[in-house]
Amino acid sequence: MLPEYYYLTLSAILFSMGAMGVLIRRNAIIIFMSVELMLNAANLAFVSFARMHATINGQIFVFFVMAVAAAEVAVGLALIVAIFETKQSIDIDQMNSMKG
Amino acid sequence: MKWDDLFAILPLVVISTWAVVLVLVDIVIPRDRKGITAALAALGLIFALYFTLPQYNRHLVAFNGMVIVDGFSAFLNTLFLASGLLAIALAYGFLKRNNIDRSEYYTLMLFSISGMMLMGIAADLIIIFLALELLSIPLYVLAGFARPRLDSEEAALKYFILGAFSGGFVVYGVALVYGATGSTAIVEIIQAVVAGKAAMVLLTIGAALIMVGFGFKVAAVPFHMWTPDVYQGSPSPVTSFMAVGAKAAGFAALLRIFVSAFPYLSVSLVPILWLISALTMILGNIVAIAQNNIKRMLAYSSIAHAGYILMAVVTFGKGSAAIDAVSAALFYLLAYALTNFGAWSVVIALEKSEGRGLLLQDYAGLGKKYPAWAAAMTVFMLSFTGVPPTLGFLGKFYLFRSVLEGGFIGLAIIAVLTSLVSAYYYLRVVVIMYMQDGEPVVEGDIWLKVAAGATAVLVVVLSLFATPLLQWAAQATLQSGL
Repeated sequence: MLPEYYYLTLSAILFSMGAMGVLIRRNAIIIFMSVELMLNAANLAFVSFARMHATINGQIFVFFVMAVAAAEVAVGLALIVAIFETKQSIDIDQMNSMKG
Repeated sequence: MKWDDLFAILPLVVISTWAVVLVLVDIVIPRDRKGITAALAALGLIFALYFTLPQYNRHLVAFNGMVIVDGFSAFLNTLFLASGLLAIALAYGFLKRNNIDRSEYYTLMLFSISGMMLMGIAADLIIIFLALELLSIPLYVLAGFARPRLDSEEAALKYFILGAFSGGFVVYGVALVYGATGSTAIVEIIQAVVAGKAAMVLLTIGAALIMVGFGFKVAAVPFHMWTPDVYQGSPSPVTSFMAVGAKAAGFAALLRIFVSAFPYLSVSLVPILWLISALTMILGNIVAIAQNNIKRMLAYSSIAHAGYILMAVVTFGKGSAAIDAVSAALFYLLAYALTNFGAWSVVIALEKSEGRGLLLQDYAGLGKKYPAWAAAMTVFMLSFTGVPPTLGFLGKFYLFRSVLEGGFIGLAIIAVLTSLVSAYYYLRVVVIMYMQDGEPVVEGDIWLKVAAGATAVLVVVLSLFATPLLQWAAQATLQSGL
């Protein structure tokens, strides 16, 4: 059995990758996937902490986070499809109709 | 389930059940009579308000410490429900005029309000995260409500990406707090810290991540980049609702978490919060000067006001001063909510289709042609600036005083100076309305007029008879949940 420390390091790396992905990638779908990576990093942290504290709470929270992530997928993909219909592009550098 | 549990979430149950039923009922309402849906949604809000009133002066913990009813939650619930009513009044005519009178607006708004109310009563970090998402997801859809208009869709996508991003920070922060203390309940977090069983470094990082996440939600600098675009692109009634509801809910969570759960982290977190608050006030007020579009100007103004309210969060480790600051922040939120809805109702009255009629120049001549609308706008601008006799003045007065009480003199000085700067761009609107000539056209329906008139009168009259209101806010204290 690996110590929890390993899982927590992996979760921190995944979270950083997700956050960096949101900041540097330009395609809306990739950005969205990076956000999901952040949420799943949190899930991994929850599960490892749950084992560390020997409580079940952390594992239950993962279900909540997964449900929320699914709801976000439903709304987010719909928004991306809607904007693709209007603009024929999902590059967020081109989302510049408003200035000031 | 005990009766107390049901009592605690009754307003929430009413609103969410009402929203679900309203979706179904809406099917049988004919396309050209969607006013019925609006009226039904308003009725639901009034019912929920009725069930909120018995929660005043009560203190109870329900669902094993997941949910708490106290003065703080009752005050915020009332604020959210009242802003829902105002948002319906602002939306009805606007949606019809712009041919986007899809009745989903009202149900989505009810769902969003249920999220805000859950935020008010949440006493567990995981409930706070769920409430955050419950209030945000309907707002993403509402921001894109004017589709296929491009700026509305863009606003929705930007709001969605930044909202989901900030949600990621919050949930990772919650995970770290859970790891540090073994629990996500606010009471148990503080117990673990007092007992010395918490891993303080991990707890501090977790708290900082939660702070970043909610910094996005309340539009604090440097997490504010999305605000101007989203506020400008979203349909105006949605923006007004977003500026009040989402912001108040974000502050509800920040105040609840930091004052009740993290007072012992104040040494490491106060300098960061101090800086964020100061930067938010300075940047919001200075960039607002350069704006020509009234929606963008109000967006930067809302950033500046977030900076003022953040000052209350800065005092979170100061014991009794923090309690006063929470009351002052709630009073400020109330003043801000009324003023904000009033100002947006004037913006909506002057807005034309395709986003025209939103430049400051379009307000020229309003004083001559529509003296009542111009007078109302003047009241709102003075209240935003903080000039007596308006609620905005009292809000600023009590907030600044509680910040001084907490010993943050530098922050209070920055707040006063930036308020002076803000007078420039708020009063410029008044000058344009009265001193310049123009031919503005106002298209206000009866509900919009009622909303603008009522908020204008309330902003002035409540400031003259403010004692009961101040007592009401003073009773809205956070309870520890023990």
